[in-house]
Amino acid sequence: MERILRTYKQLKQSNETGFIPFSVAGFPDCGRSLKVFHKLVEAGGDILEFGYPFSDPVADGPVIQKAAAQAIRNGITMDRALDMIGEIRAVSNIPIIFFSYFNPIHRYGRQRFVDRAKDCGIDGVLIVDLPLEEAPWLKPMTDRAGLAWIFLATPTTPQERITAMSRQGSGFLYYVSVTGVTGSRTKLPEDLTSKCSAIRDLIALPLAVGFGVSGAEQASQLGPHVDSVVVGSAIVSRVQRGDTLDELGAWLAGIKGALRNGRTG
Amino acid sequence: MQFTTQVERNSRPDSRGYYGEFGGRFVSETLITPLLELEEAFCKAMGSSRFRTDLGRLLGTYAGRPTPLFHAVRFSAKAGSRVYLKREDLLHTGAHKINNTLGQALLAKFMGKGKVIAETGAGQHGVATAAAAALLGLECRIFMGEEDMRRQAPNVFRMKLMGAEITPVTSGTATLKDAMSEAMRHWATYIEDTFYVIGSVAGPHPYPCMVAKFQEVIGRETRAQILDAEGRLPSKVIACVGGGSNAAGIFRGFLDDAGVELVGVEAGGLGIDTDKHGATLCAGAPGVFHGSRSFVLQDEDGQVKEAHSISAGLDYPGVGPEHSFFKSTGRVRYLPINDDEALDAFEVLCRTEGIIPALESSHALACALKEARQTARDAICIVNLSGRGDKDMPIIEKVM
Repeated sequence: MERILRTYKQLKQSNETGFIPFSVAGFPDCGRSLKVFHKLVEAGGDILEFGYPFSDPVADGPVIQKAAAQAIRNGITMDRALDMIGEIRAVSNIPIIFFSYFNPIHRYGRQRFVDRAKDCGIDGVLIVDLPLEEAPWLKPMTDRAGLAWIFLATPTTPQERITAMSRQGSGFLYYVSVTGVTGSRTKLPEDLTSKCSAIRDLIALPLAVGFGVSGAEQASQLGPHVDSVVVGSAIVSRVQRGDTLDELGAWLAGIKGALRNGRTG
Repeated sequence: MQFTTQVERNSRPDSRGYYGEFGGRFVSETLITPLLELEEAFCKAMGSSRFRTDLGRLLGTYAGRPTPLFHAVRFSAKAGSRVYLKREDLLHTGAHKINNTLGQALLAKFMGKGKVIAETGAGQHGVATAAAAALLGLECRIFMGEEDMRRQAPNVFRMKLMGAEITPVTSGTATLKDAMSEAMRHWATYIEDTFYVIGSVAGPHPYPCMVAKFQEVIGRETRAQILDAEGRLPSKVIACVGGGSNAAGIFRGFLDDAGVELVGVEAGGLGIDTDKHGATLCAGAPGVFHGSRSFVLQDEDGQVKEAHSISAGLDYPGVGPEHSFFKSTGRVRYLPINDDEALDAFEVLCRTEGIIPALESSHALACALKEARQTARDAICIVNLSGRGDKDMPIIEKVM
């Protein structure tokens, strides 16, 4: 948790928008996925979103669905994924958010998961299918362990719920920019920036925005209005089409640059 | 986790959609508001005499309710007890599914939604949704696994004839579970004008209790009919369980009758000691899948497994949370029936009664035959004949 707070504090001091890249553990294979995560950190990620795959990812679009299915076929398991996080932690101080669905954690054992998550250096969790009502299945345990609990808010979320999320959640609030599933959009909703400003007025937590951010151009549009920007499917599809790590790194640096400039400029 | 409210009368969830420790609303935030709206609209509709009158009229004049309770005398001779069949197979579109789709499509209309979507495996729920949508003038889109579209081509054609658009699903295993995932994704994207018609007592709250409510007409009729015919209650009520909607429907007529044994029959496939079955309650473990906490067929890492059954309608790795609850309380006994046993029972009913049952319902029939010897001769056993077998002809032709 402290690492997340510190990161947002530093970003604020240097007047930058944070960059939160995402990829899937075990994709494109177990060995290379660790290299991808290292690259996400090295190329300017401020917070790392570590995706653990689930067989039935109902909140995800085709790109992440495919990557998750591939990762499962590659034999990724919870233990291997947590070990992988330990290896990232060994070389970096970046805040790491564990992003998944509830069933793999439910099956692994909730307290067992939280204990190991803490040990290997996870800073927060985002469980897509544990909304406010179902968060008590896991959140009391992550709270006790000092892990951040990140809620998702969407365009259909009413104000009272956003306020409740801000009160009960920690780390940051993740705003999903569009209704529907993850995946790059060529255009972000027109009212997105005003929505973001309205949400920032409601919450005490930093705001991250994701779903649909496809590259540097959108990142720079969005940057001035939010505290951080999440990029997921666009990264995964670049790995999927076979970009080298250097190509990926250069593209990521472009986004990071846009977020830095967008803020000061 | 604490469960604040007691489950009322064994058949209604608490205010958060829990039956004991099963149920709930495990969905991404996008779906929360539409689910709350749906819950409110459903409660309002059930309290509206106009809604109930409209639905009753459609069930009577369009679907063909009430369905007969038939004393299957020659089948009984094989089963060694007095077997009655609840003839849901005689309903329009060929199965109990229409009870639910009429209810939900009517609700969509009450909510002012112009479009309905549904998932389908074998195509029965898809056909029943397409029919209800045509009847009520709603646009209809059906999500169906590409693999299932190939296996169930005649049903695909039926849906198209009634004006439905079919969206093939290629993700995952390209079967029912993926069709349902895809329908949920579509719903999350088009929540404004779209109503999602779920076909079983699965999914997030309020779907399990809403679908059971629309199916409970089966149990209500059956109870009155058996009392009328025999002057006493049955000793056993048997129904097949995939997601579990026909079973939930008929069981609801007898939940408070402690002397009536309720039996849910799952797809044993090639045997539950193999990995080719759909016996979620018998061989699965509690988990969270498609919006609720219930038993799930899953591997050690919590990844959902593919189910297998000769009957496409039982080919689902989840099950309604209410059934997980009934299993935990012991109110319902669940057991598996294998593909070959179901096929044998299918043949027996065809020959003894001139009724071609659906392969799903054949599992329940097989249970009645299998347990014949343990049953007293004058004991009454009711089997929910949830659907007719016309749709299964290509599979039957292949295996017989």
